[in-house]
Amino acid sequence: MAGKSSKKAASIDMTAMCDVAFLLLTFFILTATAKIPEALPVDTPQSTVQTKLPETDLATLTIGKGKVFFDLKGREVRVKTLELMGQKYGVEFTDDEKSKFALMEGIGVPILNLKQLIGMKTAERSKAGQPGVPTDSLDNQLKEWVYNARIANIELNDKELQIAIKGDAKEEYPSIRKVMDILQDQKINSFSLVTGLRGKNF
Amino acid sequence: MAELNTGDSGGGKDKKVRSKKQNSKVDLTAMVDLAFLLITFFMLTTTLSKPQSMNLGLPDKQDDPSEKPIKVDEHRTMTILLGDNDKLVRFVGLLATPEAAPKDFTYGKEGIRAELIDRKAKVLAYSTAKGKPKNGMIVIIKPSKKSNYRNLVDILDEMAIVDVPTYAIVNEFTPEEAKLLEGN
Repeated sequence: MAGKSSKKAASIDMTAMCDVAFLLLTFFILTATAKIPEALPVDTPQSTVQTKLPETDLATLTIGKGKVFFDLKGREVRVKTLELMGQKYGVEFTDDEKSKFALMEGIGVPILNLKQLIGMKTAERSKAGQPGVPTDSLDNQLKEWVYNARIANIELNDKELQIAIKGDAKEEYPSIRKVMDILQDQKINSFSLVTGLRGKNF
Repeated sequence: MAELNTGDSGGGKDKKVRSKKQNSKVDLTAMVDLAFLLITFFMLTTTLSKPQSMNLGLPDKQDDPSEKPIKVDEHRTMTILLGDNDKLVRFVGLLATPEAAPKDFTYGKEGIRAELIDRKAKVLAYSTAKGKPKNGMIVIIKPSKKSNYRNLVDILDEMAIVDVPTYAIVNEFTPEEAKLLEGN
C-alpha cells in the first residue's frame, strides 16, 4: 500500500472517528421510535404552514372513508384511558390486554369489540376492516374516548390534551364537521389539522 | 487501542511474520462509512417523519339561541363559499347589497389569493380612512356539504399565506347563498 518511509502516516487512525460515529448511531437508534403502521391510511391535504405536531399529550382523530379512528400518544395515558373507558362501558380488560393496547396503533372499533381487536396480531388487525369508532348521537363513543383521554392526560401529565384531526383530502366536509362538533361540545375550540408539506411557490 | 492481533493461526514461520505485519491494524474505513450512512439515515427519518400541522381555532359554540350574533361592519367582510368540484364563490359585503358581486374563483395563487390580497389592501384603506387602521379584513368561510376537506385546508392555508387577521368558519347557509353554488 504505502512506501516504507511513509508507513506511519499512510493510514489515519480511524478509531476515534469510529467511536464517535457509533456513539451517534446508538443515540439515534435509541431515540428513534418504531413507526407503528397506520390503522387507517389517509392522504392528507397539503399546506404551507410548517408547525410540527407535538410528540406527547396528543390524540389524533383520523377521518377517512366516512370512518373515524382514534389514536393516542403515551403508553401510560393509553392504559389509563382504556381503564376509564372500560369502567364506563362495563368491559373488564386484563393487564395483558392493557399492555398490548399501550403499544397498539389507532383503533377503529366499538368498545365492545375492542377485546377482540387487541387479541389479534398486528397484521390481522390491519386487514380486519375496522368499522370506525361510533360517532352517532345515540352511542357517541368517540366523545367518550376524547373525554376520558383528556382526563387521563391531566391526571398523569398534568397537561391539557392536544387534539389533531387527520382527515383524508377527499373526505366530504360534513364528516369533518361532525368530528369538530364533537370536540366543540367539549369546549375544545382549538386543535390542529394534520397536513402534508407543500412547495414554497404554491 | 483498536489493534487486532490475528494471532498465530498456523502457517509457516516466515509467512506468519508477514501476515502479522499486514493485519496488525484493522482498516476501519468501511466500518466508519457504514456507521455514518446509518447515522444519516436515522437522523433524516427521525426529523422528517414528524407530521406537519395547522392550528385552527374556532369560536365558542353558541348554545343559547337568544344570544345575538355580533354585528360587524359589512364593508370589511368577504364571504367565501366552498362548493363541490373545487367550486369557490366569493362576495364582499352583504349578499343583498354586495360591494363586489358574487364571482367564481379558483384556488391558488392566481385565483383567490390575488383577490384576497387586493381586498385586504382595500379594507385597510377603508379602515384607515375611518381612523381605525387596526380593523382588518374579516373572511367568512362557508364550506357547503359537498365541499371536501382539501378545499377547507386550502382556503385556511390561503388565510395563513395572506395573513388575514380575522376569519371564521360558518356552517349556516342562506337559501340565496346555496343558490349561488348551484347556479351556472
